[in-house]
Amino acid sequence: MKRPKIKNIPYKEFKDNETFEKLVAELNAKGTNVIVRKLDELIDWGRSNSLWPLTFATSCCGIEFMAVCAARYDIARFGFEVTRNSPRQADVILVSGTITTKMAPVLRRLYDQMADPKYVVAVGGCAISGGPFTKSFHVVNGVDQIIPVDVYVPGCPPRPESFLYGMMQLQRIVKVENFFGTTNRKQKDPYREEAEQRAEALYQQEEQA
Amino acid sequence: MTEQNEQSKPQAAAAKPAPAARPAAAPAAPAKPAENELKPRVLAPAEARAELVRLKEKEGMDYLENLTGVDWGEEGLGVVYQLENTTTHQRVAIKTLTADRENPFLPSVSDLWDIANIYEREVYDFYGIKFTGHPDMRRIFMREDWVGYPFRKDDETEKNNPLRMTNEPLADTTDSYILQQDGTITKETHNIFEEDEYVVNIGPQHPSTHGVLHFRVSLEGERIRKIDPILGYIHRAVEKISENMTYPQTLALTDRLDYLGAMQNRHALCMCIEKAMGIEVSERVQVIRTIMDELQRIDSHILFFSCLCQDMGATTAFLYGFRDREEILKIFEETCGGRLILNYNTIGGVMADIHPNFQKRVKEFIPYMRKNIKEYHDIFTGNVIFQNRAKGVGVLTRDQVISFGCTGGTGRAAGWSNDVRKHHPYAAYGKVNFNEVLRTEGDSFARYMIRLDEILESLNIIEQLIDNIPEGPFQEKTKPIIKVPAGTYYSSVEGSRGEFGVFLESKGDKSPYRLHYRSTGLPLVAVMDTACRGNMIADLITIGGTVDYVVPDIDR
Repeated sequence: MKRPKIKNIPYKEFKDNETFEKLVAELNAKGTNVIVRKLDELIDWGRSNSLWPLTFATSCCGIEFMAVCAARYDIARFGFEVTRNSPRQADVILVSGTITTKMAPVLRRLYDQMADPKYVVAVGGCAISGGPFTKSFHVVNGVDQIIPVDVYVPGCPPRPESFLYGMMQLQRIVKVENFFGTTNRKQKDPYREEAEQRAEALYQQEEQA
Repeated sequence: MTEQNEQSKPQAAAAKPAPAARPAAAPAAPAKPAENELKPRVLAPAEARAELVRLKEKEGMDYLENLTGVDWGEEGLGVVYQLENTTTHQRVAIKTLTADRENPFLPSVSDLWDIANIYEREVYDFYGIKFTGHPDMRRIFMREDWVGYPFRKDDETEKNNPLRMTNEPLADTTDSYILQQDGTITKETHNIFEEDEYVVNIGPQHPSTHGVLHFRVSLEGERIRKIDPILGYIHRAVEKISENMTYPQTLALTDRLDYLGAMQNRHALCMCIEKAMGIEVSERVQVIRTIMDELQRIDSHILFFSCLCQDMGATTAFLYGFRDREEILKIFEETCGGRLILNYNTIGGVMADIHPNFQKRVKEFIPYMRKNIKEYHDIFTGNVIFQNRAKGVGVLTRDQVISFGCTGGTGRAAGWSNDVRKHHPYAAYGKVNFNEVLRTEGDSFARYMIRLDEILESLNIIEQLIDNIPEGPFQEKTKPIIKVPAGTYYSSVEGSRGEFGVFLESKGDKSPYRLHYRSTGLPLVAVMDTACRGNMIADLITIGGTVDYVVPDIDR
């Protein structure tokens, strides 16, 4: 690859908060209601400090995730320590490790099983782009081909500090969201259309009868 | 020492001349034949099987160390068997091949060694060689609807297999091919699970399978009747992509196989290439590598302890383990720069010399760890719940572990002395005194105790070496482009969880023709069925935890 497309924020912006402030301004510009916004802030404050990750790890990055959970790096400082084994109870999926083509449908299903609002963090080179296994026939080159990713954490594997940095960026994303009316209904009901068609067909049938 | 000097001289001389003056035919072959060259005997399929039966029955070659499928192009597809005698530790290699690429058949040896069952399925999956007499000829790593055989040199894998987002089909039946008296081959289909069996899926996403592993478990009430492991959720085709990489590039992937044995894995590959090329590494490097391997082993065993405790609900013990593991990672980080993936060994040495603080820190660590092991025993080993769930559970006999090739702690817990460090000494292991920890019970508790005792043994090894690191270069001079002379090579090290071997077939190019890793974890997963039968489903987690497999190492 001659010109790699880097997916994270530019290096300069890494230091200042302009990017995020712009993001905040943008989000605030889109119909912020005074009362609801206050409620939003309260809810977002709570949500951002209690993001429950799904225990999902396929390879090396999972071990670093365990290290982050342990005493020295102590993920509990940020309220992420409640790791859930069921996707139904989790808020965020940390894709730590290589996703192979065999695993891809499983990951997709796990993501679909999570309740909204849900977030995805791609941890490590493999989840971002395939990492050292890009040329392998059995590796998905970037988990964003399967599910939408909110935060990318580079590294092979990322240091615990970068883990925490990535999770803090996710907190910032959560903090500026409008919970009412948007975030809590982010995903469209995939069966809605089907259900409508079925209802229509039933109606037609009854009409004919 | 004289030997080493003689060896290093031609190397240094070869590296010196200016590029223009370099002779066209560089001395590719080393002065003396490589000590790890396999030189497998080539036999016709039927003869090979007869010979394997003879070797097992008459010469006591009861351990199938490795089974590698290879695509020799024009010559055909075939298999290399590597056997070892468990008493004399003699090794033998047999090669057999078939020229038929359309419908390759070879006789199965799965009736001789239990582990051959899963190895032959792997070869079938990669190369499409069907084994006659094998009871269960299914794919093992790829999806069942995969098209083609990806490891063949002429396979158009990428074209035939786009990313499928449909759920993976799982067949309930399996095929076996039987060679009849008249030479024809018939196909038989039989059920994996019967109609009335109660089958529970554990995995691929399950927190206590230690990765993405899928077990189909047939239950009789709470008792396990049969386990069918489904692998390949983290199959990254490391062996295949290595075929298009130069030797120094292939090194980076070994760290990511068994990431808790990163040092040892890379050590194995470096050693295999060095011995094949005739590079003698300095004493200093040998000692550094040995210390690093042992630190890695302690790291892995602590993680084993932590995860086992976590799986059984003892969160405090998990935190204790990780507290001590961080101390090792700190030592690694100073010298290697990495915490988990270390990228330290190179062909002909190590990446950088040890950090000035290295010796001091290691010496601080040894008494610290000895003290903390006592703490582990206090908090967890004596626990009644743990004792009840581990003692007499998941018993494996010595014959079973040999037949399944379960090396490392799992094998030693059943009384099989299989330590590569002892029987085929490499690096500085020949110079240190240490005991091979053996137990005879073969249950989960023995497997657990073995690992904790091995931590102490590793500390002993480090203690003997840390003050005596000899002076010398940390990196031998090698040619800018590394080419391994044509031949078949095999080197193995004692990884964190068993014998980690590297099978390397070279045609004299700058990238390997076939690179195969003897996975430490694959036999451990294969043995789960035997270990768990008749036990409670809840004990599957304990048995899996004590057997201690790492999934990316199984799938490679």
